[in-house]
Formats: sequence, C-alpha cells, structure tokens
Amino acid sequence: MTKFKGKSVISINDFSRNDIIKILETAKKIENKKYKNLLRGKILATLFFEPSTRTRLSFESAMERLGGRVIGFSDASTTSAKKGETLHDTIKMVEKYSDIIVIRHNLDGAARVASESTKKPVINAGDGANQHPTQTLLDLYTIKKTQGKISNLKIAIVGDLKYGRTAHSLATALSLFDCELYFISPAELCMPKEIIDCLNERKIKHQEFEDIEKVIPLVDILYMTRIQRERFVDQNEYEKVKNAYVLTKEMLTGAKNNLKILHPLPRVNEIDSNVDETNHAYYFEQAANGIPIRQAVLCLLLGALK
Amino acid sequence: MFTFGCAKMKNETEESKIRRIPAIKQGIAIDHIPFGNAMKVLDILNIHQDKDSIITVGINLNSSKMGKKDVVKIENKTIKKQELEKISLVAPNATISFISNYKVNDKMIIKIPEFIDDTIKCTNYNCITNHQPVKTKFYKIENKKEIKFKCHYCEKNTSLEEIELK
Repeated sequence: MTKFKGKSVISINDFSRNDIIKILETAKKIENKKYKNLLRGKILATLFFEPSTRTRLSFESAMERLGGRVIGFSDASTTSAKKGETLHDTIKMVEKYSDIIVIRHNLDGAARVASESTKKPVINAGDGANQHPTQTLLDLYTIKKTQGKISNLKIAIVGDLKYGRTAHSLATALSLFDCELYFISPAELCMPKEIIDCLNERKIKHQEFEDIEKVIPLVDILYMTRIQRERFVDQNEYEKVKNAYVLTKEMLTGAKNNLKILHPLPRVNEIDSNVDETNHAYYFEQAANGIPIRQAVLCLLLGALK
Repeated sequence: MFTFGCAKMKNETEESKIRRIPAIKQGIAIDHIPFGNAMKVLDILNIHQDKDSIITVGINLNSSKMGKKDVVKIENKTIKKQELEKISLVAPNATISFISNYKVNDKMIIKIPEFIDDTIKCTNYNCITNHQPVKTKFYKIENKKEIKFKCHYCEKNTSLEEIELK
C-alpha cells in the first residue's frame, strides 16, 4: 500500500484499490472519532483559479475543524496570474507560505504541474476537464455508506460524460471494484474513448444509452451530472443539449428500493426539486461527505494519521 | 549535396543488379523508412542547414520486408538522441547503421521509446503544455492494434497517426 505522507493527490488513476479503501476507512475513523487538533499549526493554501463553492468551502472547513488554518484565493484575477505569472512560479511562492496546497485550475494537467513544482503535498480540486479525485473519493464513500459496499453494484452515470471530470474519475475508480456501468448521455457527450478503453482492458461490463428511463429500474446508484456550459467552445452546441435530461419524481416509480440518486452539484435543472422529498435523493448528504474525506486526505498527506 | 534515386518497376533479376544507393565511407544509413517518409526524416535531421553532410535518398524502393520503402544515407553525420526519438515516430522499426570506412560498425532497429520527453505536442488544446512553458512528456501505450501516447499532464491519448512533432 502507498505511504501517503508527503505525496500528492492528482489523479484517481494514481490510486490502487487498496489506496482507495485506506482513504475511505480513514474518513470513517475521522467521522466516528471527531478528532479536533490533528492539524494544529499547519497551513492549507487554497488556490482556486476557477469558481467553486462546495469544494473550496469543504476543504477550508475540513482544515479548520482539525485545528489548521487556511490562506488562499478564489479568484485568479486578483493574483499575479493576471500579470502572466506561470503556475510553476506561483506554486514556488505559495509553497513557502503553507504546508499543503489545494488547487483548482481551468487547464488540464495543471495540478500535475503544480505537484512537480514543489515538495509540499498538492491536492487536485479539479483541473479543466481532466480529474477531480477528492470528488470521486467522496462519491465512493457515499456509495459505500448507502449500499454497504462498492463492489459488484450497478451504477448509472448520466449527463455530460464527455467533459465531466467527475464522470471520468468515477467511472475509472469504479472499474477497480468490478461494478457494472451504464452511461447515459446525448450522443455528442458520450464517454471519451480513453475511459472506454480502460474499462475494456479491465474487462468491466458497460453499456451506453441515450434513454434514461430504460436504465432507472436496473441500477443501485443513479449519478446525475450537469451539462456544463463553461466547457463548450461553441455555445450553440450547448443550447442543443442543455436540457437533455431532467429527472422527475414520476420517473422513479419503477426504481429499486435501495436506489440512491447522487449529483456532484451544483444542479441546474437536471434534477427536479420534487425528487428531493423522495427516499432516493442523497445529493446533499453526499456533499456533506466531502468533509470527512477531505479531512482524511489532509491528515494522510501531512502524516497526522497513517 | 543531394543525390536522389527514384525507383521504377523492373523485373527482379534486373532490379537485384542495380545499386540504387551508393555505399558511403563514413556516416549513417537509415533503412526501412515507410514509403513517403524520407523527407520527414530529413526535416528532423535539419539537413537544409547542414552544409557539411552529403545526403543520398532513395524513395519508393522495393523491399522484401515492407513492399516499398525509403532509404536515407548521410555522410559525416552523427545523430542525437532526440533526433532518433523523432525518427522513431515517423519511421518506427527503421534500421540505422553506423558506417566507418565503408563498413557497418553497428546496426540497430529504431524503436519508439517507452517515455518521450519534449518531442511531441499535446493535441489537447486545453492541456497546460499548450498554454504555459511546460515541456511535454508522453508514455507509449502499445497493444496489438495500435500505438498511442498518453500525456503525462492531461492524461489524454494521441495516436501515432495524430502526433505532431515539436
């Protein structure tokens, strides 16, 4: 198993199944034991070059609840990046002021560049359309909590599978647990070939659909994602697909009793608010799971827990 | 100096008697280049700025191994590692012979390396390597059907046919 202290969390592809299990178990330990001052004296730098609500606040809350402190920015226009400073140079400066760095950036691969620019641990909070590993970890933690296991489940991932980094990371991670996957998207937004190739190599059963209603009765988890306006270069293309999937309470009539509906949030219109009152809705509880997961990652990387 | 040899179809007996590309005294010979790629190899070796080397090129030669091939011979030339890496991408499995006093001292097959450093551009427009001064790094992924290159930074794959050399 990986020794986590001093390492970075950049891509879910860097993790083995045992690494993921270790992080989930650590999160459960933290949630049960309510540690207070494990990270006292440590400073987290949050560098958000792209907008964020949940992820940024969740990292900041995770750090502060463990006794640590937070510095950083949530708007790159107020930083030297606007003057043309390279990411490498920004990280070389920030590493002097902090013990651990969290970064969200619009360019694919930015988090990897950041991790190579410093010896301090770096956590990827989302790099372009590439990876968002802590979102995947909290998604897996949520699945484990609601279903009692991760292995051998039937899981549907819906919406923007082409640009959705959470969809990419989750599909890749679930392939380590022998799940059967259902991908539901408009044809223009189907899962990229790299992900499909990875699933084929690992001999993971998967199917692609455009019709969500055929799949709902079959699955244990329905993972909804937003069609992301900000990823489209051509806004006309976005307008064609933005309302492709709207989940309503009526569509859940034939669903399994144990079905849980997840969403990385923010939702726009893909889950109708009348779904919130059903036993299947679990997206807000899912967001709350970000705290123990991010606390687990912070503690493991800083060596506060092993 | 350039000399060119371009082949026409002749019968096998006559073909075997004709020495299309003369032997060279000192330098390198790159054989089994896929037909049509000799000029790409010459571009990689930057020959239009090289006033010291004598270059001989054969295009569309018959090959028992490949059907058709190109050949390049360059006198008084040493080759750099990065040039070999680039040549491997336009002529995978070509052979390179190192010649001294008309004799082949060493011969090897040019293989695409497992790791390619600062040689290929990433075809993903949104990759950070296309926006900031970051040298590209790629890992070769090979199976029976195809060869692909995975970007170390954005993790997207590029096929051998799609690659652009830096």
